[in-house]
Amino acid sequence: MTVTEAPNVARAVETSDKVASHLHPTPSYDLADHPVPTGREEIWRFTPIKRLGGILEGEASDAHLTWETDLPEGVTLRQITAEEARALGESLPADRPSALAVANAGGAMLLDVPAELELDTPVVVRLRGSSADDLVWGHLVVRVGNHAKVAVVLEHAGSARYAASTSFLVGDGAQVSAVTIQDWDDDAVHLGRDAIRVGRDAAVRHSAISFGGLVRLNTEVVYDGPGGEAELLGLYFADAGQHLEHRLFVDHNAPRTRSNVDYKGALQGEDAHAVWVGDVLIRKVAEGIETYESNRNLVLTDGCRADSVPNLEIETGEIEGAGHASTTGRFDDQQLFYLQSRGIEEDEARRLVVHGFFADIIKKIGVPALEERLMATVEAELEKNVGARPGAGA
Amino acid sequence: MATLEIRDLHVSVDTENGPKEILKGVDLTIKDGETHAIMGPNGSGKSTLAYSIAGHPKYTVTSGSVTLDGVDVLAMSVDERARAGLFLAMQYPVEVPGVSVANFLRTAKTAIEGQAPKLRTWIKDVNAAMEKVAMDTTMAQRNVNEGFSGGEKKRHEIVQLELLNPKVAVLDETDSGLDIDALKIVSEGVNRFREQGDRGVLLITHYTRILRYIKPDFVHVFVDGKIAEQGGPELAEQLEAEGYDKYVRAAV
Repeated sequence: MTVTEAPNVARAVETSDKVASHLHPTPSYDLADHPVPTGREEIWRFTPIKRLGGILEGEASDAHLTWETDLPEGVTLRQITAEEARALGESLPADRPSALAVANAGGAMLLDVPAELELDTPVVVRLRGSSADDLVWGHLVVRVGNHAKVAVVLEHAGSARYAASTSFLVGDGAQVSAVTIQDWDDDAVHLGRDAIRVGRDAAVRHSAISFGGLVRLNTEVVYDGPGGEAELLGLYFADAGQHLEHRLFVDHNAPRTRSNVDYKGALQGEDAHAVWVGDVLIRKVAEGIETYESNRNLVLTDGCRADSVPNLEIETGEIEGAGHASTTGRFDDQQLFYLQSRGIEEDEARRLVVHGFFADIIKKIGVPALEERLMATVEAELEKNVGARPGAGA
Repeated sequence: MATLEIRDLHVSVDTENGPKEILKGVDLTIKDGETHAIMGPNGSGKSTLAYSIAGHPKYTVTSGSVTLDGVDVLAMSVDERARAGLFLAMQYPVEVPGVSVANFLRTAKTAIEGQAPKLRTWIKDVNAAMEKVAMDTTMAQRNVNEGFSGGEKKRHEIVQLELLNPKVAVLDETDSGLDIDALKIVSEGVNRFREQGDRGVLLITHYTRILRYIKPDFVHVFVDGKIAEQGGPELAEQLEAEGYDKYVRAAV
């Protein structure tokens, strides 16, 4: 494990609106600013570009995912134009897929949670694709009014080649739990981007949960005022041949803001590939902020690969704290031995350990209705491995 | 009744320079109701013996046999050995993040018994077992051994001994790192287990201190991978006075 504490010195980089990071090209709606990548670019080097089904070429398409929604009273969903979405103040697209999605989607869906609405039941949007032949462009804006309290769950299933830009515009003092679940069929490709604007003193918890499909998801956080909090959680389970990539960028552009990134993943099977890139930028103005990012990978079998790249760019030393940790470990045989020595069969012991590995993340997601289901999905994923292992259960 | 019989046991571990023999022919019979203490200097192979009986994959048995009531233990997996009635209290109990003590104990009990314990009596049993070793019952909600002090980990091992109630318990330096109060509590737990009359105990220790609280029927001095001397409780007193020096010198 490497734990890096931020040095208490400022780097002599002056930035204003422009993102200094080489990891993050200047955001722009203009496609010319986001050329087709070759795969050698820093932000594309982990992604299997050849397997993206031509999404990056940006052909027009009017195919859609089917939408099924649970909208509690007071929450509305309607179509708006791309211009209206822009006027609402969504973050500009930061990479080619999101720029293409905005350009090609032909308008956006606006999910609107009015100010001061407090909901006990989550807003659920189930998005389903019918075929990997379909190229789908998605553009969604989730607007949460000041002091509202809401959980929004976006579920992706079925199959498609899907690129989407999703913006969360979180008002002052609002409390939002956003969950995006990628449980696609194996042949699906999902290039997603969740851009979160955190209002003054607002608290946002964003959870990215990826089980199936080829997924590359960018989660970006920027603050619209001081005192905002972002907790970014992730859970993924990569199987043989599968690519799951989660990229995070937290732009501490306001004072006394906080961020905490905690991603956990398991990998199993030949050529299972997980990528986690976490970048935190602490701008000169961002005094008194606190940030920590952590990525932990549990490697269950041979033949897997986990790339984990934490990155911290610091322009002021006047902060409360900053750090990161990244670990990638094999299954802990000592834990297995301990449980087995108490009579617990090997398969059951493995289940317990993986359960335990993910349990704290699942609890933190904070949507009780999801907890059991996520654990069940983890178990089902694990079953593939346990079942496939020669001599298992003998 | 239960008899654990170890015959001419040879065990090696893999090292960078190839396999290294740690146990060099161990003979030991533990009949039901008997408590055997194994004492020896560091590096003599005491813990290897404990882990080999439990089936830790790091250790390779190259020859010899271990049987429990005549049944071949070495052919069993780790969990099968536990279900057959063996228990190892570990010197360094393992932390299992995200798995609560309550869940762990219930899962283990279910595995050992072949069916889930009745919920109401089970909770009572768990609380009672924890109280007997002066463990706060709220610790059942904590993750297994995570953030436990050294003493709490050892007491948690005794809770398991009490609840799983094996035929033969191997205690690997359960006394190490304990203050005198904790040592007494742990010893009382082992004595309760013994008082059932038909349980075997293999008590592995570096120090004679614990033998003031747990009276062994037999004492074996373990040096360089085998038993160098055996006798009754008086042998422990002799070791207390003289140390291991003469056995270590004899083995060189």
